[in-house]
Amino acid sequence: MSSNTPVLALKGVSKRFGAVQALDGVDFEVAAGEVVGLVGDNGAGKSTLVKTISGIYSPDAGEFHFEGKPVSIDGANAATALGIATVYQDLALCDNLDVVANLFLGREKLAGGTGLLTRRLDEPEMERRSAELLSNLAVTIPSLRSEVGTLSGGQRQQVAVARSLLGEPKLVLLDEPTAALGVAQTAQVLTLIKRLRERGLGVVVISHNLSDVFDVTDRIFVLRLGRREASFVTASATNEEVVAAITGARHRKPADDDVVGGGR
Amino acid sequence: MSTVTKATAPAGPGRASAPGPGVVRRFIEGDLASLRVFVVLGLIWAVFQFENSHFLTAENLTNLFLQITAVGLISVGVVYVLLLGEIDLSVGAVSGLASAVTAVLNVKHGWSPYTAILAGIVVGLVIGAVQGFLSTQFGIPSFVVTLAGLLTWQGALLKVLGDTGTVNLTDPKITGLANTFYSDTVSWIIGIGVIAIYGGGTLLAWRKRVAAGLADQDLRGPLIRVVLVAAATIAAILVVTADRGLPLAVLILLAFVAGMEYTATRTRFGRHVFAVGGNAEAARRAGIHINAVRIAVFSIAGSMAAIGGILAASRLLAVNQNSGGSDLLLLAIAGPVIAGTSLFGGRGSVWTALLGALVIGSISNGMDLLALDSSVKYMVTGGVLLVAVIVDALARRQRQAAGRV
Repeated sequence: MSSNTPVLALKGVSKRFGAVQALDGVDFEVAAGEVVGLVGDNGAGKSTLVKTISGIYSPDAGEFHFEGKPVSIDGANAATALGIATVYQDLALCDNLDVVANLFLGREKLAGGTGLLTRRLDEPEMERRSAELLSNLAVTIPSLRSEVGTLSGGQRQQVAVARSLLGEPKLVLLDEPTAALGVAQTAQVLTLIKRLRERGLGVVVISHNLSDVFDVTDRIFVLRLGRREASFVTASATNEEVVAAITGARHRKPADDDVVGGGR
Repeated sequence: MSTVTKATAPAGPGRASAPGPGVVRRFIEGDLASLRVFVVLGLIWAVFQFENSHFLTAENLTNLFLQITAVGLISVGVVYVLLLGEIDLSVGAVSGLASAVTAVLNVKHGWSPYTAILAGIVVGLVIGAVQGFLSTQFGIPSFVVTLAGLLTWQGALLKVLGDTGTVNLTDPKITGLANTFYSDTVSWIIGIGVIAIYGGGTLLAWRKRVAAGLADQDLRGPLIRVVLVAAATIAAILVVTADRGLPLAVLILLAFVAGMEYTATRTRFGRHVFAVGGNAEAARRAGIHINAVRIAVFSIAGSMAAIGGILAASRLLAVNQNSGGSDLLLLAIAGPVIAGTSLFGGRGSVWTALLGALVIGSISNGMDLLALDSSVKYMVTGGVLLVAVIVDALARRQRQAAGRV
């Protein structure tokens, strides 16, 4: 399913905060229709890497290639414009608004032409498109008009993921999508991630939960102390290998270069 | 008080709850806070009518409507500020200052009534924008900025009024704002127009939902709403035509309430106000310019305060050093809260400005009829406010217990 040109490829990306070298010459790539798990211990640089990709941090050094073309990502809006969507751990939904309002927050559909007085929210159109989107993703919500605050954690996470898709991104970054979810809800979210892959999106999942990572990813990318420690093909990797890479108990073996979808 | 109906059973994807009882439930839930306040209002009216049979006469009800216009208009702006989870303590002082500017420009400088009124509203708008800018730019709580504003604009009021301390309004265009009554014919035409616009709009919205193939196509919910609005309109017109006719001031208040409610619920700007009040960080990440929204909302609050102040001056036929002072500020904030707008932001409606002003105005009016002392009036109003806030807190706790945050 993965094509040969990565959606996103980073080369030699470095980022320093004062005395801390948060990222040190990291190479990273995601192909279309591929789910990459980004794992590593606390402070390994996972969040810094994701924030660099989503435009919140600007890197000190390194090259970005988006769909094969060199790009520079200046700010979150530039990332969004390229087609990179980020779903944050703390969800960033408005509990007092209903599902439709949250899905379209910041990109509301308007009806009534361009006149200031006649222009208004096009609720039927937004509701219709919300229903379409959620049913395509097989997300089940009691009612599109229920307040997001009334939904379960898994439903909220699914709404947050679905919202990122309205911008028609090519790459979706998910920060701890299954943290604080129960077993059944985690399963729902993992199913949703697999659907994103079926739609041909590149997906990056940050997670501490290795069983989730093994369940859903095609490739596992291990960061350690700001460096690329290892990259595994999920199907042929074992839990022990990944844990050893995360903790640094294992050093450079040939398997490190066992990269799938490598256009390089 | 069954505020919460937990939607546990997941229906099909994107399917709204089943029609039938769902429509009634949603209607009740959506307007629950308002229903609660209608019950309170009914109780208050019943008690005063029992104590003094003059209370529910056409003359007294018309007076009551006139009494609440100024505070109601100020409350419309306050609702927007409350929706953000902020507060504006300067609205009383701003209303006084704006009316003084209008009065002085018209009376002492011979400006036409229209430009003088416009100047007063612009003063309110600019003050609101400046306060909003200071609050967002320096990250100072709006409470503090507008508290400083309260003192500043009270001083400015004294300065603008000058040595005389009182400016009497004589221009018929300005005094006419609060003292014009429409004839019975015109009153009925306006009333029927309101029903036609509301009924037509509701029906069109329903047809659009059906055309879009959405769930909840039951016509009963919209029909109930249209019938209720029509009944209320007809009752109100019957009352005012039995007295002096439909007052222009009341029409102004209703027009602003309806217009600002529309803005809050049907426009992109209104949606963003609710979003910022619900979760500012989420709104920012969704690309909303949250500081621009905040500054706009404080500008609205300043403008509405100015409009309310000018109407109060028109009714009093003068502006003096007490204009916009006394308990006006507190009543303008208490009204929406009593009627169900949350102090915590993100929940409420512009109608609560009208309903809250009606509750507070009814208490005040009724106690005046009973010739009760101001001391009692203040304490009863305080008690009602306290009960309303406790009910709000209980509803909030119940929401949290049910998983709503």
